[in-house]
Amino acid sequence: MSDRIKDKLEILADAAKYDVSCSSSGSNRQNKDKGLGNTGAGICHSYTEDGRCVSLLKILLTNHCIFDCAYCVSRKSNDVKRAAFTVQEVVDLTINFYRRNYIEGLFLSSGIFKNSDYTMERLVLIAKKLRTEHNFNGYIHLKTIPGASDDLLHEAGLYADRLSVNLEIPTEEGLKLLAPEKNRKDMIEPMDYLKKTIIQTKEEKKIFKSTPKFVPAGQSTQMIVGASGETDQHIVNTAQYFYKNFNLKRVYYSGYVPISNDNRLPALGTAVPMVRENRLYQTDWLMRFYGYQANEIVNTAHPTLDLDIDPKLGWALRNMASFPVDINRADYAMILRVPGIGVNSAKKIVAARKFGGLRLDNLQKLGVAVNRAKYFINCAGFQQVFADKQSDLIKHYILASSQSKYLKQSTSQLSLF
Amino acid sequence: MNSRILLYDGTWEGMLCCIFDYFDYKLQVESITSNQDFANLSLFASPHQVTSDSEKANRVAKGLEAKVGKEGLTELWHVFLSELPHAPLLILKTAVYYLNQDKNSRLNYGHEDVLEVKQIVKSVSRERHRMKAFIRFQKLNNGIYFALVEPDFDVLPLIRKHFKDRYADQHWMIYDGKRKYGLSYDLESIQEFSFTEDVNISNKTIAIQWEEQEDLYSDLWKRYFNAVNIKERKNMKLHLQHVPRRYWKHLNEKELDK
Repeated sequence: MSDRIKDKLEILADAAKYDVSCSSSGSNRQNKDKGLGNTGAGICHSYTEDGRCVSLLKILLTNHCIFDCAYCVSRKSNDVKRAAFTVQEVVDLTINFYRRNYIEGLFLSSGIFKNSDYTMERLVLIAKKLRTEHNFNGYIHLKTIPGASDDLLHEAGLYADRLSVNLEIPTEEGLKLLAPEKNRKDMIEPMDYLKKTIIQTKEEKKIFKSTPKFVPAGQSTQMIVGASGETDQHIVNTAQYFYKNFNLKRVYYSGYVPISNDNRLPALGTAVPMVRENRLYQTDWLMRFYGYQANEIVNTAHPTLDLDIDPKLGWALRNMASFPVDINRADYAMILRVPGIGVNSAKKIVAARKFGGLRLDNLQKLGVAVNRAKYFINCAGFQQVFADKQSDLIKHYILASSQSKYLKQSTSQLSLF
Repeated sequence: MNSRILLYDGTWEGMLCCIFDYFDYKLQVESITSNQDFANLSLFASPHQVTSDSEKANRVAKGLEAKVGKEGLTELWHVFLSELPHAPLLILKTAVYYLNQDKNSRLNYGHEDVLEVKQIVKSVSRERHRMKAFIRFQKLNNGIYFALVEPDFDVLPLIRKHFKDRYADQHWMIYDGKRKYGLSYDLESIQEFSFTEDVNISNKTIAIQWEEQEDLYSDLWKRYFNAVNIKERKNMKLHLQHVPRRYWKHLNEKELDK
């Protein structure tokens, strides 16, 4: 029996690994009645050799699937080993991994077998067993199967900390081409249902403290990058649209790993667009924590993110008129826009400058990347001399003085169409 | 004025009493140590014996809290747990600065000592977080979940609540092999414990006492760990940044066998 479970785990973890979501934070589930587990700020218990965090037991219930989406390793026509866990097997694995402090909880997804509701029912049953039979209060992230009924969604929301529906392809045309059996509507409807129910639950909780939790860590989604010839502008605009209209907690970007010789897709052996993926995450952070709008970063005149510099530096170089920023006087929002100053440094600056004017060496010590920031600021004892210089000259200086972590990797991207 | 070496008992309470004595006796402090021999060896400074007294310690703690809040006091405690040789003196200097200033001077990131406190707090907090992540319990045949760790700093006091809240329904023990003491939770409360000197605690001696299924779950975890890796994205530099080599010997997924 134990050999079979080992095989299953390898197959169904391998098939789940392209889903990049790993978050285990954002929920507020406490340990109840001296049971097992709680949730908190999120902990990465290990990191794989590709540098990605291992926080949750991320598996598929099964990789059998009735769909044939070109980008997916579990597509019906693909010749791979198939397996399926029983409900009890997933429960036992989760509990035993959790008790050994290997994981923060479970991230369960599945190929679609029989139909959407049949699949979703099993996912919900596992979450229900964990919560009710084992008093498990760790993190549970369930994938919402497109097309599942609202009743099942609702039940899932009562047990899970997070639910997610993957958009997969950033544009509707791309989705039609690569996943003809799926449609946007089946993804948007559950998102909309969850959004409304989450808001409604919050309202009710203000009146009745006993209102049961509903998806306390919110919903997220994922888009595959570089599979369908979309531009960065498409991706960033789609992300902003879903953040705004569906209150998403996170959008994940997954650089397409070639897994098929389907001629609609980048060929096997094509490099994974890791730099591009990184630039998209940086853009995502700029939108969520730095107060940037999507169209400030990518727009019709500038639809592609620079690969050699990060999007924040890119924006600064295109908007030199906004600089230099006076570190000791400017408001927080503008300090946040200085390349080389992150959220933590910006907060420290605003707190520390009350005690006296900050100098370059102060900035250096409290964590600012001065070799970048120095082209964009004034501070005590330091007057900007680059203010009238060409932005490409500044870019040249910055690139020459810093080492890109991507220097060794291929930065080429395949253009598809 | 004659500068002094403070000799204290090495506890946090004793540390707070150093601050008390500094003001009480108007001392000029050259260094602070809990090592009697070291104190006697100094050529230029005469030793001053600090006696631990919970009432004095409380007064100092209250005074600091009034100036820099619970956060400010907790930060100094973190510095204490770093066990760095110069930590006691840095704590004294910073505390004196806090007590002589208006409120919230702990946010003066331009001040040299305050900044160093923040940097040490950052290192200690990182280690605390790492222990929350990297502790691996092994189930023993007596039903206890046992973990062996060797953290860079003395962070067990910082993680006890986390593990108590999380594993409320299982017996667990976390043993710091470097500092030779551990925490033991018995479903009710947490006790500190240590082993007699003839007991050798290593991953080998722990494995002898494994519960029947421990081998299976440890192996399943290793297989899981390898199966979720995407080979096309290999990035060892990032991997090592997150999981430095010194932690590997207590991470079963990083074991080389199998």
